[in-house]
Amino acid sequence: MQKITSEMLIEKATELLTNGTVSTVLGWKKGECDYDVSPAEFKSVEEVKNEFIYNDFSAANLSKYLIKRTEKVHGQALVFLNPEKKILVFLKPCDTYSFNQLLTEHRLDRESVYAVGVQCDGMIDIEKVKKIAGDGILSVDCSGEDIIVKTLYNDDMTIAKADVLAERCVNCKSKKHVAYDELLGETGEVIDSNRFDEVEKLEKMTADERFAFWQNELSKCIRCNACRDACPACTCEKCVFDNPKSGVENKSPANSFEEKLFHIIRAYHVAGRCTDCGECSRVCPQNIPLHLLNRKFIKDMNEFYGDYQAGAEVGSRAPLVNYTTSDIEPGEVFDRGDEDA
Amino acid sequence: MQMNEYKPLIVAFCCNWCSYAGADLAGNNRLNYPAEVKIIRVPCSCRVNPMFILRAFQRGADGVIICGCHPGDCHYTSGNYYTRRRMAALFSMLDYLGIEKERTRVEWVSAAEGAKFAATMNDFVEKVAALGENKRLEDLRCKR
Amino acid sequence: MQRIGVFVCWCGSNIAGTVDVKVVAEALKSEPGVVFSTDYQYMCSQAGQDLIKNAVKEHNLTGIVVCSCSPRMHEATFRKTASAAGLNPYMVEIANIREQCSWVHKEMPLGTEKAIILGKAAVAKVSLNTPLTPGESPVTKRALVIGGGIAGIQTALDIADAGFPVDIVEKKATIGGKMAQLDKTFPTLDCAACILTPKMVDVAQNENIRIFSYSDVEEVKGFVGNFNVKIKKRARFVDETKCTGCGACIEKCPQKKVPNEFNLGMDNRRAIYIPFAQAVPKVATIDPDYCNMLKNGKCGVCSKFCAAGAIDYKQKDEIIEEKYGAIVVATGFEPISMDKFDEFAYSQSKDVITSLEFERLTNAAGPTAGKLLRPSDGKHPQKIVFVQCVGSRCSACAEKGKEYCSKICCMYTAKHAMLTRDKYPDTEVTVFYIDVRTPGKNFDEFQRRAVEEYGVNYVKGMVGKITPEGDKLKVRASDLIANKQINIDADLVVLAAAIEPDKSARPLATMLTASMDTNDFFTEAHPKLRPVESPTAGVFLSGTCQGPKDIPETVSQAGAAASKVIGLLQKNKLMGNPCVASSNQLMCNGCSSCERVCPYGAISYEDKEFPGPNRTVKTRRVAVVNPAVCQGCGACTVACPSGAMDLNGFMNTQIMAEVDAICK
Repeated sequence: MQKITSEMLIEKATELLTNGTVSTVLGWKKGECDYDVSPAEFKSVEEVKNEFIYNDFSAANLSKYLIKRTEKVHGQALVFLNPEKKILVFLKPCDTYSFNQLLTEHRLDRESVYAVGVQCDGMIDIEKVKKIAGDGILSVDCSGEDIIVKTLYNDDMTIAKADVLAERCVNCKSKKHVAYDELLGETGEVIDSNRFDEVEKLEKMTADERFAFWQNELSKCIRCNACRDACPACTCEKCVFDNPKSGVENKSPANSFEEKLFHIIRAYHVAGRCTDCGECSRVCPQNIPLHLLNRKFIKDMNEFYGDYQAGAEVGSRAPLVNYTTSDIEPGEVFDRGDEDA
Repeated sequence: MQMNEYKPLIVAFCCNWCSYAGADLAGNNRLNYPAEVKIIRVPCSCRVNPMFILRAFQRGADGVIICGCHPGDCHYTSGNYYTRRRMAALFSMLDYLGIEKERTRVEWVSAAEGAKFAATMNDFVEKVAALGENKRLEDLRCKR
Repeated sequence: MQRIGVFVCWCGSNIAGTVDVKVVAEALKSEPGVVFSTDYQYMCSQAGQDLIKNAVKEHNLTGIVVCSCSPRMHEATFRKTASAAGLNPYMVEIANIREQCSWVHKEMPLGTEKAIILGKAAVAKVSLNTPLTPGESPVTKRALVIGGGIAGIQTALDIADAGFPVDIVEKKATIGGKMAQLDKTFPTLDCAACILTPKMVDVAQNENIRIFSYSDVEEVKGFVGNFNVKIKKRARFVDETKCTGCGACIEKCPQKKVPNEFNLGMDNRRAIYIPFAQAVPKVATIDPDYCNMLKNGKCGVCSKFCAAGAIDYKQKDEIIEEKYGAIVVATGFEPISMDKFDEFAYSQSKDVITSLEFERLTNAAGPTAGKLLRPSDGKHPQKIVFVQCVGSRCSACAEKGKEYCSKICCMYTAKHAMLTRDKYPDTEVTVFYIDVRTPGKNFDEFQRRAVEEYGVNYVKGMVGKITPEGDKLKVRASDLIANKQINIDADLVVLAAAIEPDKSARPLATMLTASMDTNDFFTEAHPKLRPVESPTAGVFLSGTCQGPKDIPETVSQAGAAASKVIGLLQKNKLMGNPCVASSNQLMCNGCSSCERVCPYGAISYEDKEFPGPNRTVKTRRVAVVNPAVCQGCGACTVACPSGAMDLNGFMNTQIMAEVDAICK
């Protein structure tokens, strides 16, 4: 398989900007270090040539950024979009699921988007690199088969990519692009991954052990909202946690409801809509395994109502807005697997 | 001795057409169940937002039960089918978080099943009482 | 801030016996917003209601909590009281301290404590109540019946007899439906045409009924009382107002090789045709697929021979727009396709026919003029085998058959067997069945007569394979009772094909936002208590579109649907239930989750402009609830991720406040 390089994406963006197909490019740009690549918008060929990067740290799912950029806004002051021209977005396989899900929810205008599917060989979790290479990382070269890390304190180090793959890439659910106008590199297949193993492990624990696990994890939360802000399913015009009328908005200590139950409510709100893209866990500064909440819902719904992958098809009906007359009873759901001690 | 002092707090959501009427029938027939059960009337069990349940637990409820028409008998034809899916997912999640599964229940009670309503409440209160106070959702983010 | 009054009822000793009402009234006095609290022996009595009315005026109350019996008992009473006192009736909440407190708890302290909590919850809820006014909408006093079979005919006649105009839309060139194709009807064996055609004439002559034949429903907009419907009248190339139905054109038409669908393709008709002699409307129709004039401009014979000058080769499809107050679906059924049932050799042999084809073969107006002759060679069959449940009750063969029982086959098969033995006593008739299901007035007696008086051979067991061999059909079957294999060399095999909803039903259901089950039968609003109404208000169900039915059942359901329509149309305006969902468009994402769970099709979407910063305007897709259609279940409120959807009278904040009050 051919390795996809920054240059290939830059070339494609340049071509589409120059021939007038698109007026804006959504991609990733370099940060101060090799590994802090962040999502960015490019308006010109020059910007693209100077700042665009695609490497094993271009993890951010860009589909959500399309919402604001494909809105129909008219007015005197600003016109966000040249209506004649499209916006170019680069989508990795897992990002295409989010893209489709947003189309299903009518959150995007497909006509305004030129989607280029990008082959993905898995993204690197810099925290895993740090664990191996130690602090003071100067550069991470991921252009070859293995990762070469230069640090302040140690000799250059060569690490196998497999050892530092992000969790969601280790358990990659699909290399298949489910939506695109054009492909760069190859598209793959849906993978029979082990992504539910972690969930299963938790399910096998006793209620007390599970509670201890989650209490430990959720206590780390600093309520920074990063998970919500990065999540491509969390696209509400007004989030319930920001809405004084919802009954859950309240940050004063007098009302700790929102404080305690934020993650459970959030997971429920995206249940059936979450494509398991893993952005929540990736962006969490406290490294809370938030994907384990979403995957629990996905796993349950697959088991109760048949396999369903949000975003696999535009317009599909999520399990929670559907039913059959012979569904499992809520009381029976506990009778599956192992009984609690 | 302490256990005798403890009275669990139970919130019961009842749909207007079947289960609330079932609860009324239990009253008409003077079928006793513990006073710890407090009923909230909703038009249909599908009106029960998981947030209400989480809120009840977080505010100190020890058990939450949702009662609706039997599947197939919903006044609104499909409401309780959605309830069934939503609650199956939510209860399984609460269990996953370590909230004892005995604290949550969905029961289908028709307007004719006053006796079932009372029996269900008696049983539910007994099961929840055996678990003791529910502190878990309140404590979920307070590492001890 | 609300000014809330609390009224605690003793209900004699019913409540006061286990609940200390004075303590309750006193305790609730200190709840936020409560400005008045009292107790009285019988709050629902005139004196009690007057007490409430006076307190509303005296204390300028904005909301009322009555702690009394179940709201199912007296909520309406106290709403009227509030209304009489000048308060909005929806500013009333009931705390049920009788059925759900005093009657189920024995000890005074427990009962009192719980009553206080229930009172507090009601106070918390009523503080968030807002005045609600039911919406009103006018009713268009005209009904649309979709489908002109016996179901549609009966419904239309009944509505028209009550004095309301009715339009029938029928996709075929004539009304009459399946019943017009039948020979005799069970269990009385009177001829279908003799009882149906007079009704068809009644329809044609009824001044309140218009028939749009050869037409389809193209679009349905609006809601109960106010449907706007577009009907496409397909071009039949004959001016209906001029055609006298004399048939001269048909005689002269040179195109004689058109399969006659009325006889299920067992004989031919001309390119210009009237489906059958008693057709209504009795006007000719040109089949554009076969007419030489329409296909290549060469012919024009019919036009030459039409004395009335009714032929119009240039006729175009016409769209008619009409308003209706109610819509009745009567789209009927079709026998399922036998193509996939290779084991019965339907496609291989002309002598394997369906029961409906058998009806045409025995019908005096059919292709054989009522003589039972084999389609292949026109010989009289000596051995006939009937196979029941072909594609019915077939859970194992879901890809070609149906899981449900088609209900009518046992009876019509008994009828066919009996009639055959009656007309041709020399014929050997065998019926293979899984079960004989004949509940119904005089039904079982009928089937037993077939066996006992007419000597029909009933065999419990299924036919495994039919193989055409020479001019015989080798039928291999098992006799489950004798536990042996049976081989019959039959001359004719009749398959009791399962019936399924007409193919036009599914797209129609989408247009009507009416729900269907997995078999494409329309769903009723309640399986027991509202069997002729669709969950979508203003849409009613008549006949087999709702489930398999025989003629008597169809006719009674048709009448029931008509009476529901009449009940609706005689109203001048519809008062809505104000406790309906509404979407806060500022928060709505337009994601369609709510629309998907709404059983009534009450939610639609529109692009709406919202002012943004810097004098910009943003256009967003937002949900709109039609309050005349919404029934207030609340399914949408939970499906909505942003909480934009809320339910009047049971708002998120109100229920949350109740939870808080109880869990305090």
